Amino acid sequence: MLQNRIQNANKEALSRILSAQPTLVGIGVAGEVIPGMTKKTILHAGPPIAWDKMSGPLRGAVIGGLIYEGLAANAEEAIALVQSGEIQFDPCHHHDAVGPMAGVVTASMPVWIIQNTTFGNYAYCTLNEGLGKVLRYGAYSEEVINRLKWMEKVLGPVLKEALALKGAIDLKTMIAQVVMMGDEGHNRNKAGTSLLIRELAPYIVQTGFGNEDKVEVLKFMHSNDHFFLNLTMPACKATLQPAAGIEYSTIVYTMARNGTEFGIRVSGLGDRWFTAPAEIIDGLFFPGFSAEDANPDIGDSVITETTGIGGFAMAAAPAIVQFVGGTPQDAINYSKSMYEITETENNTYKIPVLNFRGTATGIDIMKVVETTILPIINTGIAHKEPGVGQVGAGLVRPPMKCFEDALEAFVEHMEEKGLIE
Amino acid sequence: MSNINQLFNKELKVINMGLKSFAEDLKSQEVKVLHVDWRPPAGGNKRMAALLAKLKK
Repeated sequence: MLQNRIQNANKEALSRILSAQPTLVGIGVAGEVIPGMTKKTILHAGPPIAWDKMSGPLRGAVIGGLIYEGLAANAEEAIALVQSGEIQFDPCHHHDAVGPMAGVVTASMPVWIIQNTTFGNYAYCTLNEGLGKVLRYGAYSEEVINRLKWMEKVLGPVLKEALALKGAIDLKTMIAQVVMMGDEGHNRNKAGTSLLIRELAPYIVQTGFGNEDKVEVLKFMHSNDHFFLNLTMPACKATLQPAAGIEYSTIVYTMARNGTEFGIRVSGLGDRWFTAPAEIIDGLFFPGFSAEDANPDIGDSVITETTGIGGFAMAAAPAIVQFVGGTPQDAINYSKSMYEITETENNTYKIPVLNFRGTATGIDIMKVVETTILPIINTGIAHKEPGVGQVGAGLVRPPMKCFEDALEAFVEHMEEKGLIE
Repeated sequence: MSNINQLFNKELKVINMGLKSFAEDLKSQEVKVLHVDWRPPAGGNKRMAALLAKLKK
């Protein structure tokens, strides 16, 4: 029976997701470690997109990436280079990588290297730049480029040496712990950043770098509550990738946005993206900004929800409602409603206030379409113009069309196989 | 007395499915009511419901 095949395939997908062991094993240079990267490759968040369809923040980040790489001296040169067709754009997700917001990765950037030691696959993510004017929100002024250079020349090498001294870090256990400490791993990363500093500080001190560099690195990590986000994201990517390509499985293994479109990929449908226009986020805006300023939903960070944390673990992070709006009871209700559309409960990420119930894990397109309950995503809001930065934070859901189109394609695929008349 | 009239002579215990406003109207009249958050499969989208049915065989 087809239903049994689907159930067994989904069971296999969840078995792979729950047995994943994401582990931080080092830091490398994107051009050297990310498969398929070249000097003229620019990776970005979300599903594939051409330059003429890119939103403001993504365009700004592309311009900044080209200036940072020395391929262009200014915005005009960068745009001319893009229009010449010499630059190859590709989703991070096609290269075992993920990137927050614009998600731009270029060849010289340092990246975290995460290995899922159960299956041996790797995932990569840049280091978090902090808040304010940063590349991931489309800023490309001199201060942004200088900070990226400092990250390449100082932050990356110091942390690489510290990690070599410390040895691999078990991210699965660490994420389980941060969920117990009031983070949800997407939009609240205070506990995660603090734990990471605790793990690394003794080894940063032992590196061969000068005191000034060591102090700057520690201050930089301390100044940015989202520093750990760029570790939860690749940990989730490494967790989900082995669940791709399981015939008959209706489990979602990718959700991502490029600022123009939202896209999902489904295990039993291979690499196909199912996309629809990205939504505007409902949230709280920083003083001086409003919904008028908001760019549509952007970034690969929704890989956290796809894995069962982020918005799905919001009940564990009641303080986040001060950042995204609503009440702690709303946070509990959001997390509870996600059990309606998922295959199982997480065996590691547990929510204390729900009697340590495991987070809702493994989004099933059939359940989403049947219940009409869409995944809840806890996210930042980018200004629609490049370079302004974050203007707020809030909650958003994917377009239902992504799930309906995927379901339709899945049924067609079953018809082609002769399993449905 | 018919069974239905007997029912209305007793305290009503109502389970409401579907439109929440029915439950709220009863609540405002101090009738005990339990609302079930129910929606038709695929929110009533017949095409999607038909696709789901094909996969549940």
